[in-house]
Amino acid sequence: MALDQDTVKKLAHLARLDLPDAELAPLVGELSRIMAFVEQLSAVDTSGIAPMTSVAHMTLPRRPDVVTDGNYPEKVLANAPDAMDGFFLVPKVVE
Amino acid sequence: MSALTDLTIADARAGLDKRDFTAMELTEAHLLAMDRARSLNAFITETPDLALERARDADAALAKGEGGTLAGIPLAIKDLFCTEGVRTTASSRILENFVPPYESTVTANLRRAGAVMLGKTSLDEFAMGSSNMTSAFGPVTSPWRRRSAPEIKLVPGGSSGGSAAAVAARISMGATGTDTGGSIRQPAAYCGIVGLKPTYGRCSRWGVVAFASSLDQAGPMTRSVKDAALMLGAMAGHDAKDSTSANLKVPDFAAALTGDIRGLKIGIPKEYRPAGLADEIARLWEDGIAMLKAAGALPVEISLPHTQYALAAYYIVAPAECSSNLARYDGVRFGKRVEGKTLDELYARSRAAGFGKEVRRRILIGSYVLSAGYYDAYYTKAQKVRSLIAEDFRLAFENVDVILTPTAPTPAFAMDEGDAADPVTMWLNDVFTVPASLAGLPGLSLPTGLSQDGLPLGLQLLGRPFDEETLLRVAGVMESAANFTALPPDREI
Repeated sequence: MALDQDTVKKLAHLARLDLPDAELAPLVGELSRIMAFVEQLSAVDTSGIAPMTSVAHMTLPRRPDVVTDGNYPEKVLANAPDAMDGFFLVPKVVE
Repeated sequence: MSALTDLTIADARAGLDKRDFTAMELTEAHLLAMDRARSLNAFITETPDLALERARDADAALAKGEGGTLAGIPLAIKDLFCTEGVRTTASSRILENFVPPYESTVTANLRRAGAVMLGKTSLDEFAMGSSNMTSAFGPVTSPWRRRSAPEIKLVPGGSSGGSAAAVAARISMGATGTDTGGSIRQPAAYCGIVGLKPTYGRCSRWGVVAFASSLDQAGPMTRSVKDAALMLGAMAGHDAKDSTSANLKVPDFAAALTGDIRGLKIGIPKEYRPAGLADEIARLWEDGIAMLKAAGALPVEISLPHTQYALAAYYIVAPAECSSNLARYDGVRFGKRVEGKTLDELYARSRAAGFGKEVRRRILIGSYVLSAGYYDAYYTKAQKVRSLIAEDFRLAFENVDVILTPTAPTPAFAMDEGDAADPVTMWLNDVFTVPASLAGLPGLSLPTGLSQDGLPLGLQLLGRPFDEETLLRVAGVMESAANFTALPPDREI
């Protein structure tokens, strides 16, 4: 199905991707071609077929709900673009 | 010392045991090769100091008779595996300065076996691509050239293109790859080496930068089937840190190479012979069937009726998982940040600046197929088709032991032949590899011939879940029969 400009703008917002106006039109075309390609799945009869939810046929293992890791804030923050006093820094969210 | 870079892992390991040479000498020979082949751009980050340090450790362990299965063996690591203290980029601007404070389970396992890391190899950004052209660090050049036009640079395939080029060019004896829809097997075929995607769950995904978690699987890329067996043995194993990691004993994969495939049934799926399949690929496949038959195996025609829908299902499932996995890159905790007035603006600007075109496109497709109102029509539908594809294979493996197909529909293409504006054409490279990925099955590509223009071509073997041993056994026989000895012209040593 063909996507329109408003849908692509909305998707970019949902995905938090800044989208310059100049890129919008070509992107609408590319995404529409991709959706047209995957459209062929509608030809497959999937009535009564369960969607695959697990590739490996195994039960998800459980473990005790206890802390097994941690106590190294400096490691956690080591790659932060901006950090102070053991916290990640972001622009002011609440005025 | 030039001969050192031509050895297989198995022969090099034996040579180290016999003290024919030291791990230091072996590593130095490969670092020299890395130097000379730098124009291929196979590596994003070279780690020569670390390599020499680990070689020294390997020599010490070998002297005490305590060398592991890969002691002193120089390997390249795809830059998707987190390596403690060594920058890990996923070929993306968004991670260009990311230095993991931890080591992936697979690379930790390799290190424990004594392997020497030479550096981190290039890939398509976040492993999304079939050409290595989407790397933010520039394309990788294949060491192979067309006979008719040696001046034209070819792609090594992708996404594990840097790893494939490094192994083919004799810069490293083996390399790690990851395979989501063919990213180990297709570059292995393009570069004339062996690439093994194990069963989903065989190797831990912990510490591997995630693309599509239900498909991603790490595996070895080597110059011989036995080397693939040795490397897989070191990489594999249960890991409590990956809940999808299989709790199975790791077999002695190299011991599976008995050379005896008499009576094995080899499935030949008729759907892998589409109209327009290139003559040279069809002939390669026929030759492969003949080799197995001559060794006493029985070719059986089979049908995998939903094959033609695999690519479409893949290009819903993989982008959906990609959009979820890549939501973590927010410019706040790690990775690239572009400031904004608000937090939302910071997110959107950081992600737009950090992700390349193909990655952004897949995130948007993933967001679309997962969004309210479309989830059932696309995502659920694709997962149902995936069930049908897996069922096709399950039924086929009731009657056959392995399946033989071509790995890719063409040999390697030139850098300017990939049409970035038409992603669907590029995706067709994965047409033979994607179905087994969707079903989580093991697959191995090995070189069995050359194209008319002198480029390597690969055949793919697919196996039952967790039966890499039969795959390797059949591949070993085929390797001997094919006797692929061609060398890439750009081999630098």
